[in-house]
Amino acid sequence: MANEVLKVEHLDKYYQKKHVLHDINFTISKGEVITLLGPSGSGKSTLIRCLNGLEDFRNGEITFEGKKVIPNEKNWQQLRQKIGMVFQSYDLFPNLTVLENILLGPTKVQKRNVDEVKQEVDKLLQKVDLLDYKDAYPRQLSGGQKQRIAIIRALALHPEFMLFDEVTASLDPEMVRGVLNIIQDLADEDNMTMIIVTHEMNFAQQIADRVLFLKDGNILEDTSGKEFFKNPKTDQAQEFLQSMNF
Amino acid sequence: MAHSGINVLFEGTNLTRLLLGMWTTFKIAAVAIIIGLIIGIILGILRTFHNPILRFVLRIYLEFFRIVPTVVLLFLFYYILPRQMNLHMPGTQVAMLVFSLWVAAEMSDIVRGALISVPIHQKESGLAIGLNKFQLYRYVLVPQAVQLELPATINLITRVIKTTSLLMLISVMDVVNIGQQIVEANNQKYPTGVFWIYGLIFLLYFLIDYPLSWWAGRLEKKRLEQTNGE
Repeated sequence: MANEVLKVEHLDKYYQKKHVLHDINFTISKGEVITLLGPSGSGKSTLIRCLNGLEDFRNGEITFEGKKVIPNEKNWQQLRQKIGMVFQSYDLFPNLTVLENILLGPTKVQKRNVDEVKQEVDKLLQKVDLLDYKDAYPRQLSGGQKQRIAIIRALALHPEFMLFDEVTASLDPEMVRGVLNIIQDLADEDNMTMIIVTHEMNFAQQIADRVLFLKDGNILEDTSGKEFFKNPKTDQAQEFLQSMNF
Repeated sequence: MAHSGINVLFEGTNLTRLLLGMWTTFKIAAVAIIIGLIIGIILGILRTFHNPILRFVLRIYLEFFRIVPTVVLLFLFYYILPRQMNLHMPGTQVAMLVFSLWVAAEMSDIVRGALISVPIHQKESGLAIGLNKFQLYRYVLVPQAVQLELPATINLITRVIKTTSLLMLISVMDVVNIGQQIVEANNQKYPTGVFWIYGLIFLLYFLIDYPLSWWAGRLEKKRLEQTNGE
């Protein structure tokens, strides 16, 4: 595929002796949205953490934008500017204000002009209705607000590709929508390439171009979103969808 | 009141001498604290790295300075350095050296403890925005660790200042040593002089240490209030 962003081949991951990811293979193309579904403990988070080097892996290869990734800290550090990631725990830096949190990457890592970045950040904050909070500290924000800021912090680096690791799982129900809307907008307006781990099935169905269904560290299904939710092929996937009351 | 003991303080240059002694004490403590804290922070950071040899060496260093009593360290450096290594240093400098090394050791443990108690998510989200190791420590981990460790650091500082009272053992003319000399010289004339001299020394130490201790307590309280419910 010409516009392939990321390709994973034969990836295996062990925790000590425990084999947690088995021979993972998939590719994601530009603008594609993959949701990674599966029961708890199936290895979803571990898999996307491998994709930006937060976890190491035993065998296999990751190719990013046509270039094979040599997995060392220096390469990952470069790549992480292009691969944004947002986590379940809203982990803004408590010692920095909202604006400082967002500026850190673009100005210190990418050495971009502070004033330029600030203008851009203002626009992003405006869009998510948080401009008034730019000088606030994270402890003054609600969970949903923190998570929206965390997304903007990742976007400020102009990533090519975003990873979302259960970003709404710790939020109060009324906060979830606001965060999911931002991700939806990213797909609709910016045509962002994304891999999303989520337990929000409605959201997954709505946004997924493709679904990877993971169980016990194996990809059991790799199919279009429509197909997965309408006709899950494996028993495990059917069982999973039933258990999610879907 | 002609023979009231308090007059010993105003006899001749006694008061000035005592205050000068306090200045010496203060200088030694200040130098040791500044140098010790800087080295201690660096060693504390190094101790969080995953290099086993480095960790082992620094651990030995910490344990040595923590286990060996300060008096013994002072004697070791004061008597053994000149003899074994032919290195002659005045008592004041030996004191600064020993105290700096001691502060560095204690500080390295405080910093390490604070750094490893910063949640792992903080490290990961720092890495996720592309920070390199230096930037991660500089902007994320160390500032958060400093906030956690500040009360412990201030307590260390008060301990250092208190412990300077041992310096007379290696003939440094600190406030305790001078006080002792004044007491001995005026023993005939002012039998109760010892009470006044040490009373003043107590007051001087208290005036320096108490505000620090109060500050540490306040910071700790503030931090607990801030992190409440997070």
